[in-house]
Amino acid sequence: MIMRNLALLALLFSILAAPAVAQYVDQPLSDPVLEKRAQGLHKEIRCLVCQNQAISDSNAHLARQLRVIVRERLEAGDNNDDVKSYLVERYGDWVLMRPPLNASTLILWIAPFVILAFVLGGAAMFVIRRRRQQQIGFEPLDSQEEARLAAILDEQN
Amino acid sequence: MHLRYLLPGLGFLVLAVGLGVGLTLKPREIPSALIGKPAPEFDLPAVEGRDGGLSSADLRMGTPVLVNVFASWCGPCRQEHPLFMELARTTDFTIFGLNQRDAPDDASRWLEVFGDPYDKTGADLSGRTSIDWGVYGVPETFVVDGSGCIQYKHISVMTRDVLEEEILPRMRGQKHVPCEK
Repeated sequence: MIMRNLALLALLFSILAAPAVAQYVDQPLSDPVLEKRAQGLHKEIRCLVCQNQAISDSNAHLARQLRVIVRERLEAGDNNDDVKSYLVERYGDWVLMRPPLNASTLILWIAPFVILAFVLGGAAMFVIRRRRQQQIGFEPLDSQEEARLAAILDEQN
Repeated sequence: MHLRYLLPGLGFLVLAVGLGVGLTLKPREIPSALIGKPAPEFDLPAVEGRDGGLSSADLRMGTPVLVNVFASWCGPCRQEHPLFMELARTTDFTIFGLNQRDAPDDASRWLEVFGDPYDKTGADLSGRTSIDWGVYGVPETFVVDGSGCIQYKHISVMTRDVLEEEILPRMRGQKHVPCEK
């Protein structure tokens, strides 16, 4: 029983520990501030081989090499944007996890808002039409109908 | 018929066409950022045991050249290799080989066993030149025009169809992309 609990506990810990293992640090820079910037950048650069992973999460050879290049550029005095454009020059906007806003990515950025506008517009139209129907439903009775209603009620009483 | 009854059908049509087009795209093939740009500067030694090396100066020969990125550790490279052997035999195209991250022995043995279609080879031992070229998978094949300007990149195994439809016209100077700066 105790053994089984221990095994379960070990399993739980190994699951909790998994995200920590997924970070590939390689040879960190000696300057901790620079190293922190490098690791931040690693999360923003896409691994071109694995495509839906940042280079920080991939052990592909190219990802490892790009991590080294990011560190090299930072040590050479590049700012974060310089490092990114160094890679974009070679691999295109694709290499960035967050695509930049430009002519070719415009549709990507505005499409959600266009769709949202359509949905909100549709919902508004639905609500307006509903309300109008309800208003029609509650139109006050004219004098003739009033009289008929009174007669029916009288009859029942 | 009233327009509102057509709307769902219209919506479906737009969605179906959009998704249909999406199916024909190849998301694994990332378009090269270097098309219409000068090839990056590099100077590499030859694959071990071979003469000369490959540098960016070799790309400015006045006629279009093919640059094939290959490695002995790359299985698909063997698949496309006969096609390059055939090109070397039957055409007078200049074909350069960029040998990526290979053990020197393995690279030279590979060329001995399977044949060497390359006019010149460059051994990119560190892989840095490949990164400058935006290579992310091997094999990749570039067409570079006579002024050293990258015209086209094919990712993965070269096929006869791609060769005939994309590579050959560009080797003859057709479908030319003007070079930036």
